[in-house]
Amino acid sequence: MRALIHRCAESLLLLWLVVSLTFLLAHLAPGDAAELLVSPSASSDEVMRLRRTLGLDASLPEQYARWVGGVLTGDLGESFALREPVRDVLLRALPVSLGLGLTSLALTFAIGVTAGLYQAARRGRWPDRLLTAIGITVFAAPSFWLALALVALFTAGASWWDFPGWLRLPAFGVRSPASTATGWRAMVEVARHAILPVTVLAAIGAAGIARYARGAALDLMASEWVRTARAKGVGERGVMGRHVLANAAGPLVVLFALALPGVVAGSVFVEGIFAWPGMGRALLSAIAARDFPVVMGATLVYATLVILSNTLADVALHLVDPRRR
Amino acid sequence: MTRAAWGALAALLVLAALSLIVPPLSGVDPLAIDDVLGARLVAPMARDAAGVLHPLGTDRFGRDVLLRMLLATRISLAVGIGGSLLATAVGVLVGAVSGWWRGTVDRIAMAVADALLAIPRLILLLLCATLWRPGISTVVVVLALTGWMSVARLVRAEVQAVASRPYVEGARALGVGEWRALWRHVLPNALGPAIVALTLGVGNAMLLESGLAFLGLGVQPPTPSWGNMIAGGRELIVTAPWVALAPGLALVATVLLCTVLGDALRDRLSGDGVRPLGERT
Repeated sequence: MRALIHRCAESLLLLWLVVSLTFLLAHLAPGDAAELLVSPSASSDEVMRLRRTLGLDASLPEQYARWVGGVLTGDLGESFALREPVRDVLLRALPVSLGLGLTSLALTFAIGVTAGLYQAARRGRWPDRLLTAIGITVFAAPSFWLALALVALFTAGASWWDFPGWLRLPAFGVRSPASTATGWRAMVEVARHAILPVTVLAAIGAAGIARYARGAALDLMASEWVRTARAKGVGERGVMGRHVLANAAGPLVVLFALALPGVVAGSVFVEGIFAWPGMGRALLSAIAARDFPVVMGATLVYATLVILSNTLADVALHLVDPRRR
Repeated sequence: MTRAAWGALAALLVLAALSLIVPPLSGVDPLAIDDVLGARLVAPMARDAAGVLHPLGTDRFGRDVLLRMLLATRISLAVGIGGSLLATAVGVLVGAVSGWWRGTVDRIAMAVADALLAIPRLILLLLCATLWRPGISTVVVVLALTGWMSVARLVRAEVQAVASRPYVEGARALGVGEWRALWRHVLPNALGPAIVALTLGVGNAMLLESGLAFLGLGVQPPTPSWGNMIAGGRELIVTAPWVALAPGLALVATVLLCTVLGDALRDRLSGDGVRPLGERT
């Protein structure tokens, strides 16, 4: 219990460090938001006025105190481009990203762990080699390029090769334009729109997870208890299920912590290309508009997600591994 | 090293050589835009109005995709190697200092590393790239700024392990100074993980550069990089898919070669551990 409290305190400290670091980064940059916001022909008077409205004329400690205080009270400032509180922009986008991310994460796990265990069981033979080759190729591809390739396949390709109706998947947005569907029909529609983005995210995630799971399973398979189980005549299935998988709970929890940031960051481009109105797209349009408050706010949210998932993974590791109690 | 690794190294060298030799020999300026109407969006393996063959087609300004891809290879390789080299150098320096002297320096350095590691690398990279003006040198610096942490952790652990070995103690007993002991006796034996991280980092840096360039935050057109070429083909993905697909394939192949090389080096130099899931784009 004390270890857990200690761990949570550590996470809070880390969060404070991240908040300070983002502040530092923003102020290390040459020029400030006011200079970038005004038109090049603006007089220095106008720049000064804008600086005052943005609170940039205050001393650095004062600005820092305001930033930390704002973060603590959930006030992340106002978006330059959208003229509304950053918190509202991010709160609107977060559920979309979380839905997309959690679905992809679940699939990532199911596919990645299955593939990894299968590869470990067939180590060195052709299914293992094939899956390894596919895995490192997907891992070497940028997510935005994979997404674009899928868009090409399901727009130009679909008419070129004359795909059947059920395979004509929508490539953009969450709902069809001018759709009036409600209830379960609307859910089916959203699910169909989610297939392509989730495929890209899950493929990339699963490639990394399979690599890790294969290595972890091979380590476990080299252990004495597996050799003992084999010696007393337990079948291949029993060895994998009862002895390898049961001891893999720890590594699996670690995997979760490792996989989440990847899925979250990967979704930035995927949301951008498939036009999903989530955090990633909010971040990308904020970058295009040089909308710093939103960029800083989104960075904080992403960092919080990572710290939170790492803490949760540590707590879970504590719970699943009796040796740690 | 395995045969695959030697093959990967050879392929990378051939690619680099091609990118240096072919564009000047072709006698065509890959950046020039002349006959836009006669040469725009020519399909792969087809000829334009002037009868010139374009093996990988042309883009919307009538520029040859293959030639531009070879030019982009120079930029992307340079940014990838430069970014990874600088990140590794910073990581080795921080890791060595904080592993050798420990104490307050160590604690501060590791706290900063932890805080930076808590932000997904792509997000951190986007934040930095938005704050600074885009360009090749910005990309390299930002790659280093966001990539040194894991190297620093690896080197720090290694330095701590090596520092307690008898021969280091022996060197200090002989009166060798702190810096010299670190530089001559400890660091050479603690560099294995850094070399692996450097090789795997090249591929990663190229991926991240392409991500930045795709958003217009990386290498600026008309200088071609794989990322900004893919970005240029984005709106054409339905009508002229080759403009975006060709540079993407080149990028995937190159990153793949770097991974094969890095994996082989890791097996050779450390022989343990699974590759940590790096940040990716």
